[in-house]
Amino acid sequence: MNLVTIAWKSIRQRALASSLTALSVALGVTLMVTVLVMHSVIFKTFNQPATGYDLIVGAKGSPLQLVLNTIFHLGKPVENIPYLYYKELKENPRIEAAIPLALGDTTQQGGFRIMGTIPEFFGVEYMPDKKFGVYKGGRYLSKPFDAVIGASVAKANNWGIGSTFKPVHGVDDGSGEAHVHDEEFTVVGVLGRTGTPNDKGVFVHLDGFYMIEGHEKPADEAYAKAVATAKLLGKEPPPPPKPQADDAHDDDDEHGHHHHHHGPIPDEQKEVTAVLIRTKSPIVTPQLQGFINDQPQAQAVSPIQQISLLFSTFIDNVQLMLLVLITMIILVSGVGIFVSIYNSMSDRKREIAIMRALGARRGSVFSIILAESILLCVGGGILGVLLGHGLVFAAAPYVEAKSGIVMNPWAFEWIELVLIPALIVLASLVGMVPGMTAYRTDVAKALAN
Amino acid sequence: MSLILKQVRKSYTEPDGTKLPILNVEHFALDKGEQVVLVGESGGGKTTLLNVISGITQADSGTVQVDGHDLTGMFEAKRDRFRAERIGFVFQTFNLLDAFTALENVMLGMSFAGNNGGKAVARELLQRVGLGHRLNHRPSALSVGEQQRVAVARSLANKPSLLLADEPTANVDVKNQELILKLIRDACSERNVSLLMVTHSQEVAGQFERVEQLGDFNKPGESK
Repeated sequence: MNLVTIAWKSIRQRALASSLTALSVALGVTLMVTVLVMHSVIFKTFNQPATGYDLIVGAKGSPLQLVLNTIFHLGKPVENIPYLYYKELKENPRIEAAIPLALGDTTQQGGFRIMGTIPEFFGVEYMPDKKFGVYKGGRYLSKPFDAVIGASVAKANNWGIGSTFKPVHGVDDGSGEAHVHDEEFTVVGVLGRTGTPNDKGVFVHLDGFYMIEGHEKPADEAYAKAVATAKLLGKEPPPPPKPQADDAHDDDDEHGHHHHHHGPIPDEQKEVTAVLIRTKSPIVTPQLQGFINDQPQAQAVSPIQQISLLFSTFIDNVQLMLLVLITMIILVSGVGIFVSIYNSMSDRKREIAIMRALGARRGSVFSIILAESILLCVGGGILGVLLGHGLVFAAAPYVEAKSGIVMNPWAFEWIELVLIPALIVLASLVGMVPGMTAYRTDVAKALAN
Repeated sequence: MSLILKQVRKSYTEPDGTKLPILNVEHFALDKGEQVVLVGESGGGKTTLLNVISGITQADSGTVQVDGHDLTGMFEAKRDRFRAERIGFVFQTFNLLDAFTALENVMLGMSFAGNNGGKAVARELLQRVGLGHRLNHRPSALSVGEQQRVAVARSLANKPSLLLADEPTANVDVKNQELILKLIRDACSERNVSLLMVTHSQEVAGQFERVEQLGDFNKPGESK
């Protein structure tokens, strides 16, 4: 029988007290593991989708809002930029791919965001080494009223290939203010799950998007903006647009929207909300960013930088605060172990003395007490790690259903590897004093009592 | 010789600082395989003598030799190991550990002597003391007589050359007294183990060939 077995038998002898002290450690560790896994999930959820594109170009304003809105669909879409600007930008030699996104509508069912884009969107990796894929029988966008939907949209709305829908202008909040467009889109492809907000996206052909009534900027507003921009750039103002019969405003309905177009919108009246940029090389990215930001029409932001900034200024601090609190909880659990073992020592002096009389060395009885402390702490710790991951496992389906965030409950964090050695150190420290009590036990006196 | 004590002195310091002599043994010896009973008044130093012989307590001066090894010259850790390997101990109050079964209590003593296996030996010893059917019972589930028989098995587990028994029959009924005494004496004879037994009972003492009165060789009042 080795010393650890002897320690284990002593723990078992005081089953209730031992279980409760180990449980207190387990709960502390459960909290810690949950926070770590959640942080990692949040970090990946925010960071990974941001890694697919080098820059996002959009209207000048809050860089973070542009990133959150474009990639994470958070908040209302930012201002638009002229389509002509996108066309000009696309020709920049530093750019490998420029994908426009036009936002503003949602689906009536489920309120999913509709994004007008070009077929090339699906050809660009949405994360490093990750490309979109459609389920068998599906295809990407080719006709104006084609739509490709994310996995979560398909699941939530029970949509598949051939399903049709009409976009709603803005968000249908149930107030009756939202306007349902007449144009109908048909689902031609369902994307495989990506674990990114794209799963909750509805992608329609940009050409179709512009065919939706009211999606063209009024000619006079577009012209005024073009003139103002030309002025800022010190260029000649563009010629005024020719009046078009189809573009008459006399058929505005009660919602202030226009009815259906029958002809294509001139590029001057088209707008995009954001442009996703892949540069030819990481070296040119800052140059391109600086070039765009020096111009008055738009801003270029690096999604990774914005997300890192968000984490370093807010989420990391919250996590640090939580971890400090949890560390304190675990320390308190450690003190609990100390109190439990120390209190038992007065009852156990005789037991220690018997072992010593049987030939156990002082060092052996010290080690037995220390092993008890370590077993309680590490046992509690392992239980805590399992409970923590179990908790994430149990919560994962609900979180995914609610937010679309995919959590892998078995994704271990490197810090968890540190957790067990740290608990051994803690247990050794708290076991030291009772261990010394055992070490110093006066055998003859304890046996005589 | 199995045990030799020469000029062994031991005293305790009282709270007021004065020395209280307990042991002053000029010479005491036990032959290999000899069985000796030690009688004496309460507080006469019997338990202290057993503690000094086993190395649990260090003598202030003199030599204690067991099997030719001087315990007084050994470091504590070596003395502990020596006690585990060579000296068996049977206590008046059995001193079994309740966290362990009968079998484990026997194995526990073996593990301190570096013998981490020994399950078969422990089982055999418990069968020898008539507890083959109680191997996995905890002390609290055993009668006092059975507990003392487990303690006897434990004391013999490491094949000691000397067995010290401190009033082993004091806490058991008359029937068990005889049984336990016979067990201890027979087991020691079978294994050629020297036995030094402390008792109050004249009936027990009467069964031994050699009976020593502690007061005859321990003269604490004559300590220098």
